[in-house]
Amino acid sequence: MSDAAQAGTPRMNMIQAINSAMDVMMERDPNMVVMGEDVGYFGGVFRATAGLQAKYGKTRAFDTPITEIGIIGVAIGMGAYGLRPVPEIQFADYIYPALDQLVSEAARLRYRSNGDFTSPITVRSPYGGGIFGGQTHSQSPEGIFTHVSGIKTVIPSTPYDAKGLLIAAIEDNDPVLFLEPKRIYNGPFDGHYDRPARNWTAHPASEVPAGHYRVELGKAATVREGEAVTILCYGTMVHVVASTVEEMGVDAEIIDLRTLVPLDIDAIEASVKKTGRCMIVHEATRTSGFGAELAALVQERCFYHLEAPIERVTGFDTPYPHSLEWAYFPGPVRIGEALKKILKD
Amino acid sequence: MDAPRANLPPLSLHVPEPKFRPGDEADFSDVDVPPAGSARRPDTADKADSFHELAYTLIRVLDDAGQAVGPWNPRLDADALRKMLRSMALTRAFDERMFRAQRQGKTSFYMKSTGEEAVSVAATMAMASDDMCFPSYRQQGILLTRGYPLVDMMNQIYSNSADPLQGRQLPIMYSSKDYGFFSISGNLTTQYPQAVGWAMASAAKGDTRIAATWCGDGSTAEGDFHSAMIFATVYKAPVILNVVNNQWAISSFSGFAGAEATTFAARAIGYGIAGLRVDGNDALAVYAATQWAAERARTNQGPTLIEHFTYRTEGHSTSDDPTAYRSAGEPTAWPLGDPIRRLKDHLVAIGEWDEERQAAMDRECAEEVKRAQKEAEKNGILGHGMHQPFETMFEGVFEDIPWHLKEQQQQMIAERKAAGI
Repeated sequence: MSDAAQAGTPRMNMIQAINSAMDVMMERDPNMVVMGEDVGYFGGVFRATAGLQAKYGKTRAFDTPITEIGIIGVAIGMGAYGLRPVPEIQFADYIYPALDQLVSEAARLRYRSNGDFTSPITVRSPYGGGIFGGQTHSQSPEGIFTHVSGIKTVIPSTPYDAKGLLIAAIEDNDPVLFLEPKRIYNGPFDGHYDRPARNWTAHPASEVPAGHYRVELGKAATVREGEAVTILCYGTMVHVVASTVEEMGVDAEIIDLRTLVPLDIDAIEASVKKTGRCMIVHEATRTSGFGAELAALVQERCFYHLEAPIERVTGFDTPYPHSLEWAYFPGPVRIGEALKKILKD
Repeated sequence: MDAPRANLPPLSLHVPEPKFRPGDEADFSDVDVPPAGSARRPDTADKADSFHELAYTLIRVLDDAGQAVGPWNPRLDADALRKMLRSMALTRAFDERMFRAQRQGKTSFYMKSTGEEAVSVAATMAMASDDMCFPSYRQQGILLTRGYPLVDMMNQIYSNSADPLQGRQLPIMYSSKDYGFFSISGNLTTQYPQAVGWAMASAAKGDTRIAATWCGDGSTAEGDFHSAMIFATVYKAPVILNVVNNQWAISSFSGFAGAEATTFAARAIGYGIAGLRVDGNDALAVYAATQWAAERARTNQGPTLIEHFTYRTEGHSTSDDPTAYRSAGEPTAWPLGDPIRRLKDHLVAIGEWDEERQAAMDRECAEEVKRAQKEAEKNGILGHGMHQPFETMFEGVFEDIPWHLKEQQQQMIAERKAAGI
């Protein structure tokens, strides 16, 4: 047990950490509101907003009609008034009706009005697969939003980061898409779906201070230092990659990006120049995925340091297949094969 | 394709078609125009389901003799009427001048509101000056009524060095928080749920300000409209939802938004929202309906949907030629007349105005616009060099410029330098 835990730092899973971030911010900022489908009295289908309505009242934590256009459009209007809305989209798979409000409105408002109006909203949404959610509860749409100018995209991989990043996102005066990897809400996942699930208790990053702290946006974390290959990943994949690397005994450097836009390019560049190899792992579909942008950036900046082609391990370019989830998921087998390939020369 | 089943009558698909096309004589005698003063005026505290008939009639105040009649007569004093008339005349003069500026190549785009001036001017006068407006692109009358500087509107239209929006937005997509005018999007009806959200925030904060928003008949088909309606009714948002039914969405007549089947005001009924259908060319009716809806909103009675039945006298924009798809006779055949003319006739009828004063006012408005244009053109016109510095393109995407935008900014500067431009 670490010093912090001995000193009474609470242990939290990712849901509790996210809930704590909103609680802390609602306490500090009377303008912060949470809203979304089932988020009020019930506290959200994943319980992320549990207790907030009881504590802060119905005008600050409320249920909404089932219209993502409305949820985001109303949040933008509230933001224009001067509130700090944190709307929830129940599953990232449901975000598409709100695309126009996010892409053409929230992301463009500061620019088009020359700062007259801004959209300081943080859109929370559970994303990603590994829960047998089928094609409508498993998608990873981050690449759609990283392609849009004017919106930040943040993805945590631990309870500690989730709280600190969410607080930083809420305090940010620009719109932030905060994607929560729902497969690791309750515990880190090593990619072996057939092994018993673990909870967060044994993980050091489940020590989450009760009060206010920030994990700055735009800063990656080096999860594991190594010399053989740099692996760029985020969300659930951080844990799958870490576990696979340990099992294979590869001296990989694992970078958890944490924020996709703005990206911590310095951390990426330094690591790839050191290891000379770069592998990218994400759950999202491959073509035009965020991995393509990462590969382009790495070759632009580190081309003469590369000793092997950049390797991508991603979801396939198919809809998320329900019964074949574990063949689709970039798990230990697929990551392992890619590692062998990139390390062979 | 499989052969149709022989024992059933064949289905047929209905594709709406406007009554008149180019070459046809426009005849609106079948448009039902109820007499001025015939619509009842419910108490603002009445339940929305107790006056459904107001969604199907036309609330009208000005009769054919220029008198203000009936329960909706707002009984404005002559000074207020003259201010209303002047704001409408100024809007028309501004439109004329800026349309011509576009034709002269001084800017890329313009949109006139000719024939629809009452919808924005009278509504604005019926609200408090700090109520928040979420307009679409044809409510320049709001800014002009609230006294926003003409020069700044023109600077925006010219995207010149003094453009308050730094040349980032298409002409006429104004934004002014100080004047309670939300940044115009250009994407249709996105402002509707935003207005509802603003109104909800105002209510949640115990503020006294209300919101109003405008969209066209065509854009009521957008999902945003319906999302806004459900949010507005669920939370009784203090918001006025205006549908400017000017009959045409570019070349698509209102039938493509459902007008063959019912009115736009009737959209309110299914949501349990108060719905009013108003003669949009009757400035006093627009004023009265807005005042009624504002009082309702301010007393926590919730939202009102107002359909303004009007006519888009000119093209959709400078990029549009309406003679290609509608009868050239429609604007003059329109049975509800011209809103400026009708208010002027009223002022004359009550002995508060005459032709000489009207002519003097028109000259004054034209002069005011001309002076402002001269002033604005000192800051440049579109495409003539007096724009914002190139590197400002990268500012304001985010509060702080992230590394990747700085890098792209540097790259652009270096490329231009290397190319000697």
